[in-house]
Amino acid sequence: MKFLRNLLDKVEPNFVGNGKYAKFYPLYEMVDTFLFTTADKTENGPYIRDAVDLKRVMSFVVLAMLPALFFGIFNVGRQVNPDAPIIDMFFSGLPVVLPIILVSYVVGGFWEMLFSVVRKHEINEGFLVTGILIPLVMPPTIPLWMVAIATSFGVVIGKEIFGGTGYNIFNPALVARAFIFFAYPGAISGDKVWTVNGVSQATPLLQAVSQQGSRAVELLGDKFTWWDMFYGFIPGSIGETSTLAILIGAIFLLITRIGNWRIMAGTLLGMVLTAKLANYFGEAVSSSNSMLSLPAEYHLVMGGFAFGLVFMATDPVSAAQTDRGRWIYGFLIGFMCVVIRAINPAYPEGMMMAILFANAFSPLIDYFVMKSHIKKRLKRFAA
Amino acid sequence: MNKNIKAIISDPMVDNNPITKQVLGICSALAVTVKMEQAVVMSLALAFVLVCSNIIISLLRKSIPGKIRIIVQLTVIASLVILIDELLKAYLYDISKQLSVFVALIITNCIIMGRAEAFAMQNNIKDAMYDGLGNAAGYGSVLIIVSIFRELLGSGTLFNYSVIPSSIYLENGGWYVNNGLMLLAPGAFIILGLIVWAQRSYTKYVED
Repeated sequence: MKFLRNLLDKVEPNFVGNGKYAKFYPLYEMVDTFLFTTADKTENGPYIRDAVDLKRVMSFVVLAMLPALFFGIFNVGRQVNPDAPIIDMFFSGLPVVLPIILVSYVVGGFWEMLFSVVRKHEINEGFLVTGILIPLVMPPTIPLWMVAIATSFGVVIGKEIFGGTGYNIFNPALVARAFIFFAYPGAISGDKVWTVNGVSQATPLLQAVSQQGSRAVELLGDKFTWWDMFYGFIPGSIGETSTLAILIGAIFLLITRIGNWRIMAGTLLGMVLTAKLANYFGEAVSSSNSMLSLPAEYHLVMGGFAFGLVFMATDPVSAAQTDRGRWIYGFLIGFMCVVIRAINPAYPEGMMMAILFANAFSPLIDYFVMKSHIKKRLKRFAA
Repeated sequence: MNKNIKAIISDPMVDNNPITKQVLGICSALAVTVKMEQAVVMSLALAFVLVCSNIIISLLRKSIPGKIRIIVQLTVIASLVILIDELLKAYLYDISKQLSVFVALIITNCIIMGRAEAFAMQNNIKDAMYDGLGNAAGYGSVLIIVSIFRELLGSGTLFNYSVIPSSIYLENGGWYVNNGLMLLAPGAFIILGLIVWAQRSYTKYVED
């Protein structure tokens, strides 16, 4: 540690004032504050006394994602190398997943640096999380050049054009995924996607819609049991398969109070109620749509619902900011997710669209919550 | 060519571009820019209507009663649009089918009505003609730039000639896949937004 501090102090003069690399001060500042607590003091109000700053918050989110990441690597390896011992599975997953993470961080970091140098501000920590979120929502077979383009799109169009970290209205990682979803649909959906070593597998969500007139749970059959899907032994995007690993991350986020419990609870509630409604509705009209009959607990473990619920919906920037607004925002996500999954036949997965949709509405939700607060107070004072 | 005319023509190209600055005519810019062919034909059709309507309105400007001027302008524009629509059907049937309703919708294009009302009603025939040319060029250039990106990235072709070598495509054993987003209207929106971004960082113009 002492060595690092000395090194940083030694190069610092190059980056400040008239130093040789003064232009690249953001870069120095990033490394410095990443490793050490900053010595800078806040110069003007508002003052908030708290041990955690943006950088620590972001690092905690990355920590919370590690279980899902490690399980994702293992799960990819399991598909590459189905008969190997567990530790070998993990290592055969690494060469598939690591390049995706690397590309995401390098490309995203490049844009992040470019914008902070041109705009002369410090590099924000937002990308620390976005850079790991992007690989986790990609299928393991995604070509690396698509990851690079999608990351550029997510960072530039999803975030920087709005003004950078803290100003974006959409979650940049989901913007990146949505870009691939619309630009290269063949690479991210359909049963050809999870072809690792020549064996193609349908994801549970595709399996559940594979035949009209049947019930989704019967279509899943023995191939994907509920517990399989809960533990995560299913094909899917790298980070989304294991609900268990995501749950561990969720508990961590809730204990450290970084993820908002109202959003998570609201999303869960919205999903359960809408799924129940869809069940009754499907029963009542005896619909041939298999997804209408899917029970709520299956919605939870299939596809990206759990991952989106814990890591995407709770993104503090693009979510609603008021407490009551968070309930509404979460509920909207859960509701839309089931609606898209069950009623729209074109998209087997609905979580991405549901969150982006709710992102767009969150300022409006906040606005009306604030208005109703003001109205209530006015009434109280008038009386 | 004197300075005044030069200004009339060049102003709507960049500083007052009907699409990127005034944000008019967006509907057709999103709808007909999937292929360059369509964009070029659309730009020419609009240029014809805009120049002719500017000339005719400018000719009539002293005899049009103020209270019904909008109706008179509309009548002139509508006649011209019908004319160009029939012409396209007669000579460029395939493209006219692809452009479908958007040729007829030139009538509602704010650029034409706007130039008639804002410029042709107050200026002489020559200036009005040059103004029409300048605005048509400003509109057409943006349309064509957008369509270059969309056709190249979305279909890998330019004017229907394949530009990207077919051997690098995924189905032929390569790795490349066309960008499907560019074929959808949001793709045009994003390209248009990027053009506006580039232009405004260059001209330092800020909306207030």
